[in-house]
Amino acid sequence: MKSNKTEILDKEGMDRVIKRMAHEIVEQNRGVENLAIIGIKTRGAYIAGRLASKLKEIEKQTIPVGALDITLYRDDLTEIAAQPTVHATEIDFDITGKNIILVDDVLFTGRTVRCALDELVDFGRPAKIKLAVLIDRGHRELPIRPDYVGKNIPTARKDRIEVKLKELDGNEEVMMIQEDQEKAKK
Amino acid sequence: MKKTVVWEKKHLLGIEELSKEEIILLLDQAESFKEVVKRAIPKVPPLRGKTIVNLFCEPSTRTRTSFELAAKRLSADTVSVATSSSSFLKGETLKDTARNLEAMNIDMIIIRHSCAGAPKFLSECVNASVVNAGDGSHEHPTQALLDVFTLREKLKKIEGLKVSIIGDIEHSRVARSNIWALTKLGAKVTVCGPRTMMPAGIEKMGVKVTCDVNEALEGADAINVLRIQLERQKQQLFPSTREYVRNFGITKDRLKKHAKKDILILHPGPINRDVELSQDAADGEYSVILEQVTNGVAVRMAVLFLLSTTRQIIEQAQKE
Repeated sequence: MKSNKTEILDKEGMDRVIKRMAHEIVEQNRGVENLAIIGIKTRGAYIAGRLASKLKEIEKQTIPVGALDITLYRDDLTEIAAQPTVHATEIDFDITGKNIILVDDVLFTGRTVRCALDELVDFGRPAKIKLAVLIDRGHRELPIRPDYVGKNIPTARKDRIEVKLKELDGNEEVMMIQEDQEKAKK
Repeated sequence: MKKTVVWEKKHLLGIEELSKEEIILLLDQAESFKEVVKRAIPKVPPLRGKTIVNLFCEPSTRTRTSFELAAKRLSADTVSVATSSSSFLKGETLKDTARNLEAMNIDMIIIRHSCAGAPKFLSECVNASVVNAGDGSHEHPTQALLDVFTLREKLKKIEGLKVSIIGDIEHSRVARSNIWALTKLGAKVTVCGPRTMMPAGIEKMGVKVTCDVNEALEGADAINVLRIQLERQKQQLFPSTREYVRNFGITKDRLKKHAKKDILILHPGPINRDVELSQDAADGEYSVILEQVTNGVAVRMAVLFLLSTTRQIIEQAQKE
């Protein structure tokens, strides 16, 4: 099948975008007091880690970081392509009263974020939850909007966004894959 | 759309039918569920709207409670049927009972029965998923899984471990399921017990056989001590309880003399204290008996979750 690949971010681009988001978080939160970062597994967790180290560079303070596995909270367990595998959620601090920055790689329908919110409130009662995403590609199916966005990318529903991270894929880039227009019409 | 299915079984009837990879998948998933069990609110929603029936035709505390908790922590609805107060007493057959239960739109049946093969029979006459919670002296798969899970958690591996199973091997479904699980994962298994409680041909399962308990302790990384079913005393399989204790009872003294210092002690419960296991050994520092019970819930959650998602995928495929 023919498809079109366009690069959206390269290694440096990704780094710059995360740095900018870190600055925005510091600005809006007036520092990093009471802040905690929680990434949605798998890729969101890595991006959360990077965001935390940028915040540390800026504010010279260590911020608690956690990772959330949302498999058990999905509403489409039987519809996803592969049978789900459950991974552990790793939050070793109390989230009650904290300002949480929830992090994911790509924001699409918003359903993943819905699962994450449901799961998060089972762990405690945060003061605030804000959403940070590397890519916002639109097509929301739920009333959810991000507070910090790395890059907005207008997409067609059938397009795919691929985020590659060195920890998982060996290289760093964000690609948009578009199905061939002719093919799509057929 | 073709789905990648990692777990293809709709029922869990025994360890014998599982591959090494399937056992490892179950253990890995159980690890994730152990984290869920430790949460402040140990409840997650994946089995919401599913109904699970506990059909226990033999007494049980641990297994039944453990399955019920596992189901509830996955947000399933559970119903318990105890034979002492059910229509079994009026002579209803197992098949009729199950089909009636199924007519009430249930998704899974967890069954314990005194007849080997009852879960298999049930799986052939109902559409629900069937989980074997112990059938006669055949298998008790979730017990073996939680034993192996506990061993792996403590010793970080199974391959190459020396594990001895001590007690009434002949009548023990725990022994049989454990032998399957441990040998499939590459452990070296020794079984030990009185000659009268040793089934003929057991060595064909790939285990070493001995009637000398000290030999079974020698070099073992872990021992799984089975319950002596005192109710079988009527069959006179051993002359007296005292003699059994003298020859096979695991005591701190015996462990000191013959076992490795850091040997792990497992027991599927319920314990006959000071019969197969002495007071000081059962509550000693290397006993992981209560951890086994904790792990049991996580392991059973993994089993219920995998069976349920597979069943839903099969049903969806049939619709399409």
